[in-house]
Amino acid sequence: MHELGLTREIVAMVAGHAGGRRVRRVVLEVGTLAGVMTDAVAFCFDAVAEGTALEGAVLEIRRVEARGRCRRCGAEFVRETLHSPCACGSFDVEGLTGAELRVLSYEIGAPEAAAEGQGA
Amino acid sequence: MCETCGCSDGARTTITNLTAGGAARAGGHDHAPVHDHVHDPARHHRHEHGHDHPHDHVHLPDGTVVELQESVLAKNDQLAARNRAWFDGREILCLNLVSSPGAGKTTLLERTIREAGARHRFHVIEGDQATANDGERIRAAGAPVVQINTGTGCHLEADMIARALGELAPPFRSVVLIENVGNLVCPALFDLGERSKVAVVSVTEGEDKALKYPHMFQAADLVLVNKIDLLPHLRFDLDACLANIRMVTPHADVLQVSATTGAGLGAWYDWIAARCAVHQALCDLPDRDGPGARRGGGEKPTA
Ligand SMILES: Nc1nc2c(ncn2[C@@H]2O[C@H](COP(=O)(O)OP(=O)(O)OP(=O)(O)O)[C@@H](O)[C@H]2O)c(=O)[nH]1
Ligand SMILES: [Mg+2]
Ligand SMILES: [Zn+2]
Ligand SMILES: [Zn+2]
Ligand SMILES: [Zn+2]
Ligand SMILES: [Zn+2]
Repeated sequence: MHELGLTREIVAMVAGHAGGRRVRRVVLEVGTLAGVMTDAVAFCFDAVAEGTALEGAVLEIRRVEARGRCRRCGAEFVRETLHSPCACGSFDVEGLTGAELRVLSYEIGAPEAAAEGQGA
Repeated sequence: MCETCGCSDGARTTITNLTAGGAARAGGHDHAPVHDHVHDPARHHRHEHGHDHPHDHVHLPDGTVVELQESVLAKNDQLAARNRAWFDGREILCLNLVSSPGAGKTTLLERTIREAGARHRFHVIEGDQATANDGERIRAAGAPVVQINTGTGCHLEADMIARALGELAPPFRSVVLIENVGNLVCPALFDLGERSKVAVVSVTEGEDKALKYPHMFQAADLVLVNKIDLLPHLRFDLDACLANIRMVTPHADVLQVSATTGAGLGAWYDWIAARCAVHQALCDLPDRDGPGARRGGGEKPTA
Protein backbone atom coordinates (compact mmCIF):
# COMPACT_ATOMS: atom_id res chain seq x y z
CA MET A 1 0.00 0.00 0.00
CA HIS A 2 1.24 3.47 -0.83
CA GLU A 3 0.18 4.67 2.64
CA LEU A 4 3.33 3.14 4.09
CA GLY A 5 5.54 5.07 1.67
CA LEU A 6 3.57 8.25 2.29
CA THR A 7 3.90 7.82 6.05
CA ARG A 8 7.66 7.43 5.66
CA GLU A 9 7.67 10.58 3.58
CA ILE A 10 5.76 12.44 6.32
CA VAL A 11 8.20 11.29 8.99
CA ALA A 12 11.28 12.05 6.86
CA MET A 13 9.93 15.48 5.91
CA VAL A 14 9.17 16.52 9.48
CA ALA A 15 12.33 14.98 10.93
CA GLY A 16 14.42 16.74 8.30
CA HIS A 17 12.69 20.05 8.93
CA ALA A 18 13.05 19.73 12.69
CA GLY A 19 16.78 19.42 12.18
CA GLY A 20 17.54 16.90 14.92
CA ARG A 21 15.08 18.12 17.57
CA ARG A 22 12.38 15.88 18.99
CA VAL A 23 8.87 16.25 17.65
CA ARG A 24 5.85 15.36 19.79
CA ARG A 25 2.94 16.18 17.56
CA VAL A 26 2.28 16.28 13.84
CA VAL A 27 -0.83 17.73 12.24
CA LEU A 28 -1.71 16.27 8.88
CA GLU A 29 -4.45 17.46 6.56
CA VAL A 30 -6.08 14.89 4.27
CA GLY A 31 -8.92 15.60 1.87
CA THR A 32 -11.72 13.07 1.76
CA LEU A 33 -10.96 12.47 -1.95
CA ALA A 34 -7.16 12.53 -1.69
CA GLY A 35 -6.91 8.84 -2.48
CA VAL A 36 -5.31 8.12 0.88
CA MET A 37 -6.67 5.85 3.60
CA THR A 38 -6.14 7.81 6.79
CA ASP A 39 -6.62 4.68 8.93
CA ALA A 40 -3.67 3.09 7.19
CA VAL A 41 -1.49 6.18 7.71
CA ALA A 42 -2.41 6.26 11.41
CA PHE A 43 -1.72 2.53 11.63
CA CYS A 44 1.76 2.83 10.10
CA PHE A 45 2.78 6.01 11.85
CA ASP A 46 4.03 4.68 15.20
CA ALA A 47 6.12 1.97 13.60
CA VAL A 48 7.60 4.30 10.98
CA ALA A 49 8.36 6.99 13.60
CA GLU A 50 10.21 4.55 15.82
CA GLY A 51 13.89 5.38 16.05
CA THR A 52 13.40 8.84 14.49
CA ALA A 53 12.89 12.31 15.98
CA LEU A 54 9.16 11.57 15.83
CA GLU A 55 9.22 8.46 18.01
CA GLY A 56 6.21 8.49 20.32
CA ALA A 57 4.71 11.55 18.63
CA VAL A 58 0.97 12.00 18.28
CA LEU A 59 -0.38 12.17 14.72
CA GLU A 60 -3.45 14.34 14.36
CA ILE A 61 -5.31 13.92 11.08
CA ARG A 62 -7.73 16.62 9.96
CA ARG A 63 -10.10 15.67 7.18
CA VAL A 64 -11.02 18.25 4.58
CA GLU A 65 -14.46 17.98 3.00
CA ALA A 66 -14.39 17.63 -0.78
CA ARG A 67 -16.22 20.40 -2.58
CA GLY A 68 -16.68 20.91 -6.29
CA ARG A 69 -18.09 23.42 -8.73
CA CYS A 70 -20.21 22.38 -11.66
CA ARG A 71 -18.74 23.51 -14.96
CA ARG A 72 -22.21 23.58 -16.52
CA CYS A 73 -24.34 25.52 -14.01
CA GLY A 74 -21.74 26.87 -11.60
CA ALA A 75 -23.28 25.34 -8.47
CA GLU A 76 -20.97 24.38 -5.60
CA PHE A 77 -21.59 21.19 -3.66
CA VAL A 78 -20.04 18.49 -1.47
CA ARG A 79 -18.65 15.55 -3.43
CA GLU A 80 -19.10 12.10 -1.96
CA THR A 81 -17.03 10.56 -4.74
CA LEU A 82 -14.92 11.85 -7.62
CA HIS A 83 -17.84 11.17 -9.92
CA SER A 84 -20.74 12.55 -7.88
CA PRO A 85 -22.86 14.52 -10.32
CA CYS A 86 -24.14 18.04 -9.77
CA ALA A 87 -27.85 18.42 -8.96
CA CYS A 88 -28.28 19.60 -12.57
CA GLY A 89 -27.13 16.18 -13.76
CA SER A 90 -23.70 17.18 -15.07
CA PHE A 91 -20.66 15.08 -14.25
CA ASP A 92 -18.33 17.83 -15.40
CA VAL A 93 -17.21 19.06 -12.00
CA GLU A 94 -14.14 21.04 -11.06
CA GLY A 95 -12.62 19.91 -7.76
CA LEU A 96 -12.19 22.79 -5.29
CA THR A 97 -11.11 20.98 -2.14
CA GLY A 98 -10.67 17.38 -1.06
CA ALA A 99 -7.33 16.47 -2.65
CA GLU A 100 -5.21 17.85 0.23
CA LEU A 101 -2.36 15.77 1.58
CA ARG A 102 -0.29 18.19 3.60
CA VAL A 103 1.67 18.42 6.81
CA LEU A 104 0.20 21.55 8.39
CA SER A 105 2.46 21.85 11.42
CA TYR A 106 4.45 20.02 14.04
CA GLU A 107 5.24 20.66 17.68
CA ILE A 108 8.76 20.65 19.09
CA GLY A 109 9.48 18.63 22.23
CA ALA A 110 9.79 15.14 23.69
CA PRO A 111 6.53 13.14 23.72
CA GLU A 112 4.19 13.96 26.63
CA ALA A 113 4.43 10.44 28.01
CA ALA A 114 8.24 10.57 28.11
CA ALA A 115 8.21 14.02 29.72
CA GLU A 116 5.80 12.83 32.46
CA GLY A 117 7.99 9.80 33.02
CA GLN A 118 10.96 12.04 33.62
CA GLY A 119 9.03 14.27 36.05
CA ALA A 120 7.86 11.37 38.23
CA MET B 1 13.76 3.37 2.16
CA CYS B 2 16.84 4.68 3.86
CA GLU B 3 16.81 2.79 7.15
CA THR B 4 18.69 5.46 9.03
CA CYS B 5 16.49 8.44 8.40
CA GLY B 6 13.29 6.77 7.22
CA CYS B 7 13.25 8.61 3.93
CA SER B 8 11.97 6.66 0.96
CA ASP B 9 14.74 7.10 -1.58
CA GLY B 10 14.12 3.96 -3.58
CA ALA B 11 17.05 2.06 -2.07
CA ARG B 12 15.58 -1.28 -3.13
CA THR B 13 14.86 -0.21 -6.66
CA THR B 14 17.08 -1.51 -9.44
CA ILE B 15 17.47 0.01 -12.87
CA THR B 16 18.70 -2.10 -15.78
CA ASN B 17 19.62 -0.79 -19.19
CA LEU B 18 18.62 -3.72 -21.37
CA THR B 19 19.79 -2.01 -24.51
CA ALA B 20 23.33 -1.47 -23.23
CA GLY B 21 23.91 -5.10 -22.39
CA GLY B 22 21.77 -5.63 -19.35
CA ALA B 23 24.17 -4.86 -16.53
CA ALA B 24 22.04 -4.35 -13.45
CA ARG B 25 22.90 -1.31 -11.47
CA ALA B 26 21.97 -1.12 -7.83
CA GLY B 27 19.80 1.91 -7.33
CA GLY B 28 19.36 3.90 -4.19
CA HIS B 29 22.20 5.95 -2.98
CA ASP B 30 23.82 6.90 -6.25
CA HIS B 31 22.10 10.26 -6.04
CA ALA B 32 24.28 11.51 -3.25
CA PRO B 33 24.70 15.05 -4.58
CA VAL B 34 21.06 15.71 -3.78
CA HIS B 35 20.47 13.53 -0.77
CA ASP B 36 23.26 13.94 1.71
CA HIS B 37 23.51 10.68 3.61
CA VAL B 38 25.65 11.68 6.49
CA HIS B 39 23.45 10.86 9.43
CA ASP B 40 25.43 12.76 11.98
CA PRO B 41 22.64 14.59 13.83
CA ALA B 42 24.86 17.61 14.21
CA ARG B 43 24.97 17.91 10.46
CA HIS B 44 22.13 19.11 8.42
CA HIS B 45 20.26 16.32 6.69
CA ARG B 46 19.67 17.73 3.27
CA HIS B 47 16.52 16.77 1.38
CA GLU B 48 15.03 18.08 -1.80
CA HIS B 49 11.86 19.26 -0.12
CA GLY B 50 12.06 22.79 -1.34
CA HIS B 51 11.55 24.31 2.07
CA ASP B 52 13.97 26.26 4.18
CA HIS B 53 15.18 24.83 7.42
CA PRO B 54 15.07 27.91 9.58
CA HIS B 55 16.08 26.01 12.70
CA ASP B 56 19.69 26.27 11.66
CA HIS B 57 19.78 29.68 13.24
CA VAL B 58 16.82 29.72 15.62
CA HIS B 59 16.51 27.79 18.84
CA LEU B 60 12.88 27.06 19.49
CA PRO B 61 11.68 26.01 22.95
CA ASP B 62 9.63 22.87 23.58
CA GLY B 63 5.99 23.35 22.76
CA THR B 64 6.70 25.57 19.78
CA VAL B 65 4.37 24.79 16.90
CA VAL B 66 6.16 25.06 13.57
CA GLU B 67 3.92 25.76 10.58
CA LEU B 68 5.02 23.63 7.66
CA GLN B 69 2.09 23.61 5.17
CA GLU B 70 3.93 21.25 2.88
CA SER B 71 2.44 18.64 0.58
CA VAL B 72 3.51 15.12 1.44
CA LEU B 73 4.09 14.64 -2.27
CA ALA B 74 6.17 17.80 -2.61
CA LYS B 75 9.46 16.02 -3.12
CA ASN B 76 8.07 13.79 -5.86
CA ASP B 77 6.24 16.71 -7.46
CA GLN B 78 9.45 18.75 -7.63
CA LEU B 79 11.41 15.93 -9.21
CA ALA B 80 8.53 15.36 -11.65
CA ALA B 81 8.59 19.04 -12.59
CA ARG B 82 12.29 18.73 -13.25
CA ASN B 83 11.72 15.70 -15.47
CA ARG B 84 9.00 17.60 -17.31
CA ALA B 85 11.31 20.55 -17.96
CA TRP B 86 13.97 18.14 -19.16
CA PHE B 87 11.52 16.52 -21.60
CA ASP B 88 10.28 19.89 -22.79
CA GLY B 89 13.80 21.15 -23.37
CA ARG B 90 14.28 18.23 -25.75
CA GLU B 91 10.74 18.37 -27.17
CA ILE B 92 10.24 14.80 -26.04
CA LEU B 93 6.67 13.58 -25.61
CA CYS B 94 6.40 11.42 -22.50
CA LEU B 95 3.36 9.22 -21.86
CA ASN B 96 2.74 7.29 -18.63
CA LEU B 97 0.72 4.10 -19.22
CA VAL B 98 -1.26 2.82 -16.28
CA SER B 99 -3.63 -0.11 -15.85
CA SER B 100 -4.53 -3.09 -13.71
CA PRO B 101 -2.11 -6.01 -14.02
CA GLY B 102 -2.56 -7.74 -17.35
CA ALA B 103 -4.71 -5.18 -19.15
CA GLY B 104 -2.30 -5.35 -22.09
CA LYS B 105 0.19 -2.49 -21.67
CA THR B 106 3.26 -4.42 -22.81
CA THR B 107 1.44 -6.06 -25.72
CA LEU B 108 0.24 -2.62 -26.78
CA LEU B 109 3.75 -1.17 -26.57
CA GLU B 110 5.27 -4.09 -28.51
CA ARG B 111 2.82 -3.64 -31.35
CA THR B 112 3.10 0.13 -31.26
CA ILE B 113 6.89 -0.08 -31.62
CA ARG B 114 6.59 -2.52 -34.51
CA GLU B 115 3.86 -0.65 -36.38
CA ALA B 116 4.59 3.00 -35.61
CA GLY B 117 8.30 2.83 -34.87
CA ALA B 118 9.08 4.41 -38.21
CA ARG B 119 6.96 7.47 -37.36
CA HIS B 120 8.32 8.04 -33.86
CA ARG B 121 11.57 7.27 -32.12
CA PHE B 122 10.10 5.33 -29.21
CA HIS B 123 12.10 4.85 -26.03
CA VAL B 124 10.60 2.82 -23.21
CA ILE B 125 10.87 2.75 -19.43
CA GLU B 126 9.39 -0.48 -18.04
CA GLY B 127 8.24 -0.62 -14.43
CA ASP B 128 7.57 -3.91 -12.64
CA GLN B 129 8.12 -5.09 -9.11
CA ALA B 130 10.35 -7.92 -10.35
CA THR B 131 11.72 -9.52 -13.56
CA ALA B 132 12.96 -7.94 -16.77
CA ASN B 133 10.44 -9.94 -18.83
CA ASP B 134 8.49 -6.96 -20.08
CA GLY B 135 11.71 -5.06 -20.81
CA GLU B 136 12.98 -8.01 -22.85
CA ARG B 137 9.74 -8.05 -24.83
CA ILE B 138 10.19 -4.36 -25.64
CA ARG B 139 13.80 -4.87 -26.64
CA ALA B 140 12.76 -7.70 -28.93
CA ALA B 141 10.19 -5.37 -30.47
CA GLY B 142 13.04 -3.03 -31.35
CA ALA B 143 13.05 -0.05 -28.99
CA PRO B 144 15.71 1.09 -26.52
CA VAL B 145 14.45 0.17 -23.06
CA VAL B 146 15.39 0.54 -19.41
CA GLN B 147 13.77 -1.79 -16.89
CA ILE B 148 12.98 -0.52 -13.40
CA ASN B 149 12.27 -3.12 -10.73
CA THR B 150 10.62 -1.53 -7.73
CA GLY B 151 10.98 -4.51 -5.38
CA THR B 152 8.14 -4.07 -2.91
CA GLY B 153 7.17 -0.70 -4.41
CA CYS B 154 3.76 -0.67 -6.05
CA HIS B 155 4.30 2.33 -8.34
CA LEU B 156 7.00 4.34 -10.12
CA GLU B 157 8.22 7.61 -8.65
CA ALA B 158 9.76 10.63 -10.33
CA ASP B 159 13.28 10.01 -9.04
CA MET B 160 13.28 6.52 -10.59
CA ILE B 161 12.37 8.07 -13.93
CA ALA B 162 15.15 10.64 -13.57
CA ARG B 163 17.66 7.85 -13.00
CA ALA B 164 16.25 5.74 -15.83
CA LEU B 165 16.51 8.71 -18.21
CA GLY B 166 20.20 8.95 -17.44
CA GLU B 167 20.52 5.42 -18.83
CA LEU B 168 18.01 5.70 -21.64
CA ALA B 169 19.27 9.04 -23.00
CA PRO B 170 16.30 9.61 -25.34
CA PRO B 171 17.14 11.98 -28.22
CA PHE B 172 15.53 15.23 -29.32
CA ARG B 173 11.86 14.84 -30.36
CA SER B 174 11.68 11.18 -29.40
CA VAL B 175 8.67 9.67 -27.61
CA VAL B 176 9.23 8.18 -24.16
CA LEU B 177 6.64 5.58 -23.16
CA ILE B 178 6.59 4.64 -19.48
CA GLU B 179 4.85 1.41 -18.52
CA ASN B 180 3.93 1.88 -14.88
CA VAL B 181 3.55 -0.96 -12.41
CA GLY B 182 0.21 -2.72 -12.97
CA ASN B 183 -1.87 -0.97 -10.29
CA LEU B 184 -4.73 1.48 -10.59
CA VAL B 185 -4.37 2.98 -7.13
CA CYS B 186 -1.17 4.85 -6.32
CA PRO B 187 0.24 5.63 -9.79
CA ALA B 188 -2.52 8.26 -9.81
CA LEU B 189 -0.80 10.12 -6.96
CA PHE B 190 2.75 10.06 -8.28
CA ASP B 191 3.48 12.47 -11.10
CA LEU B 192 6.44 11.27 -13.15
CA GLY B 193 6.82 14.35 -15.32
CA GLU B 194 4.82 12.88 -18.21
CA ARG B 195 2.79 15.05 -20.59
CA SER B 196 -0.20 12.69 -20.30
CA LYS B 197 -1.30 9.59 -18.49
CA VAL B 198 -2.87 6.90 -20.66
CA ALA B 199 -5.14 4.47 -18.80
CA VAL B 200 -5.59 1.03 -20.34
CA VAL B 201 -8.63 -1.00 -19.32
CA SER B 202 -9.48 -4.35 -20.86
CA VAL B 203 -12.96 -5.67 -21.53
CA THR B 204 -12.33 -8.68 -19.30
CA GLU B 205 -12.21 -6.44 -16.23
CA GLY B 206 -15.84 -5.50 -15.83
CA GLU B 207 -17.79 -2.43 -16.93
CA ASP B 208 -17.35 -0.49 -13.70
CA LYS B 209 -13.55 -0.21 -13.57
CA ALA B 210 -13.62 3.55 -13.98
CA LEU B 211 -16.10 3.90 -11.12
CA LYS B 212 -13.98 1.74 -8.84
CA TYR B 213 -10.73 3.62 -9.57
CA PRO B 214 -11.88 7.15 -10.38
CA HIS B 215 -8.59 8.83 -9.39
CA MET B 216 -6.68 6.98 -12.06
CA PHE B 217 -9.21 7.55 -14.79
CA GLN B 218 -9.62 11.21 -13.90
CA ALA B 219 -5.88 11.70 -14.21
CA ALA B 220 -5.82 10.21 -17.72
CA ASP B 221 -5.97 12.22 -20.94
CA LEU B 222 -6.66 9.07 -22.93
CA VAL B 223 -8.42 5.84 -22.01
CA LEU B 224 -7.72 2.81 -24.20
CA VAL B 225 -10.37 0.11 -23.95
CA ASN B 226 -8.33 -2.95 -24.91
CA LYS B 227 -9.02 -6.57 -25.93
CA ILE B 228 -12.11 -5.69 -27.94
CA ASP B 229 -11.38 -8.81 -30.04
CA LEU B 230 -12.74 -10.78 -27.09
CA LEU B 231 -16.12 -9.05 -27.03
CA PRO B 232 -17.95 -11.81 -28.95
CA HIS B 233 -16.93 -14.28 -26.26
CA LEU B 234 -17.88 -12.20 -23.24
CA ARG B 235 -20.95 -10.91 -21.54
CA PHE B 236 -19.62 -7.40 -21.46
CA ASP B 237 -21.70 -4.27 -21.85
CA LEU B 238 -19.36 -2.02 -23.82
CA ASP B 239 -21.80 0.90 -23.80
CA ALA B 240 -22.07 0.77 -20.02
CA CYS B 241 -18.28 0.66 -19.75
CA LEU B 242 -17.94 3.71 -22.02
CA ALA B 243 -20.69 5.57 -20.13
CA ASN B 244 -18.90 4.93 -16.84
CA ILE B 245 -15.63 6.23 -18.23
CA ARG B 246 -17.40 9.30 -19.58
CA MET B 247 -19.00 9.89 -16.17
CA VAL B 248 -15.68 9.84 -14.33
CA THR B 249 -13.64 11.70 -16.91
CA PRO B 250 -15.82 13.71 -19.28
CA HIS B 251 -12.89 15.29 -21.14
CA ALA B 252 -10.61 12.32 -21.78
CA ASP B 253 -10.30 10.80 -25.23
CA VAL B 254 -11.49 7.19 -25.38
CA LEU B 255 -10.41 4.66 -28.02
CA GLN B 256 -11.40 1.01 -28.46
CA VAL B 257 -8.49 -1.18 -29.47
CA SER B 258 -7.12 -4.69 -29.62
CA ALA B 259 -3.40 -4.95 -29.00
CA THR B 260 -3.35 -8.49 -30.39
CA THR B 261 -5.34 -8.03 -33.61
CA GLY B 262 -4.39 -4.40 -34.13
CA ALA B 263 -8.01 -3.25 -34.39
CA GLY B 264 -8.37 0.45 -33.62
CA LEU B 265 -4.66 1.03 -33.18
CA GLY B 266 -4.48 3.45 -36.11
CA ALA B 267 -6.42 5.94 -34.00
CA TRP B 268 -3.94 5.44 -31.14
CA TYR B 269 -0.99 6.14 -33.45
CA ASP B 270 -2.76 9.23 -34.73
CA TRP B 271 -3.37 10.33 -31.15
CA ILE B 272 0.35 10.04 -30.41
CA ALA B 273 1.22 11.94 -33.59
CA ALA B 274 -1.25 14.72 -32.75
CA ARG B 275 0.11 14.95 -29.19
CA CYS B 276 3.64 15.16 -30.53
CA ALA B 277 2.74 17.96 -32.89
CA VAL B 278 0.99 19.97 -30.17
CA HIS B 279 3.76 19.36 -27.68
CA GLN B 280 6.51 20.33 -30.09
CA ALA B 281 4.63 23.47 -31.10
CA LEU B 282 4.30 24.44 -27.43
CA CYS B 283 7.95 23.72 -26.80
CA ASP B 284 8.93 25.85 -29.78
CA LEU B 285 7.16 28.95 -28.52
CA PRO B 286 9.79 31.38 -27.27
CA ASP B 287 9.59 33.29 -24.00
CA ARG B 288 6.95 31.39 -22.16
CA ASP B 289 6.81 29.67 -18.83
CA GLY B 290 5.49 26.29 -19.90
CA PRO B 291 7.13 23.75 -22.20
CA GLY B 292 10.14 25.25 -23.85
CA ALA B 293 10.88 27.75 -21.11
CA ARG B 294 14.00 25.77 -20.41
CA ARG B 295 14.58 24.85 -24.01
CA GLY B 296 17.86 23.11 -24.45
CA GLY B 297 18.51 23.34 -20.75
CA GLY B 298 21.37 20.94 -20.28
CA GLU B 299 20.65 20.00 -16.70
CA LYS B 300 20.36 16.25 -16.31
CA PRO B 301 17.21 15.09 -14.57
CA THR B 302 19.22 12.73 -12.43
CA ALA B 303 18.18 13.19 -8.83
N1 LIG C 1 -7.28 -11.27 -26.60
C1 LIG C 1 -6.45 -10.29 -26.27
N2 LIG C 1 -5.48 -10.53 -25.38
C2 LIG C 1 -4.64 -9.52 -25.08
C3 LIG C 1 -4.74 -8.23 -25.67
N3 LIG C 1 -3.78 -7.45 -25.16
C4 LIG C 1 -3.09 -8.21 -24.31
N4 LIG C 1 -3.59 -9.45 -24.25
C5 LIG C 1 -3.13 -10.58 -23.45
O1 LIG C 1 -3.26 -10.23 -22.08
C6 LIG C 1 -2.19 -10.79 -21.32
C7 LIG C 1 -1.48 -9.69 -20.55
O2 LIG C 1 -0.92 -8.77 -21.47
P1 LIG C 1 0.32 -7.84 -21.10
O3 LIG C 1 0.58 -7.01 -22.31
O4 LIG C 1 1.44 -8.63 -20.56
O5 LIG C 1 -0.34 -6.97 -19.96
P2 LIG C 1 0.33 -5.85 -19.04
O6 LIG C 1 -0.69 -4.79 -18.82
O7 LIG C 1 1.63 -5.43 -19.62
O8 LIG C 1 0.57 -6.67 -17.70
P3 LIG C 1 1.47 -6.27 -16.42
O9 LIG C 1 2.74 -5.67 -16.96
O10 LIG C 1 1.66 -7.57 -15.74
O11 LIG C 1 0.65 -5.31 -15.64
C8 LIG C 1 -1.27 -11.49 -22.32
O12 LIG C 1 -1.56 -12.84 -22.31
C9 LIG C 1 -1.65 -10.83 -23.63
O13 LIG C 1 -1.44 -11.68 -24.73
C10 LIG C 1 -5.81 -8.02 -26.62
O14 LIG C 1 -6.01 -6.94 -27.18
N5 LIG C 1 -6.62 -9.10 -26.87
MG1 LIG D 1 3.53 -5.35 -18.72
ZN1 LIG E 1 13.41 18.57 4.52
ZN1 LIG F 1 -24.64 21.78 -12.37
ZN1 LIG G 1 18.43 9.32 4.22
ZN1 LIG H 1 2.24 2.41 -4.72
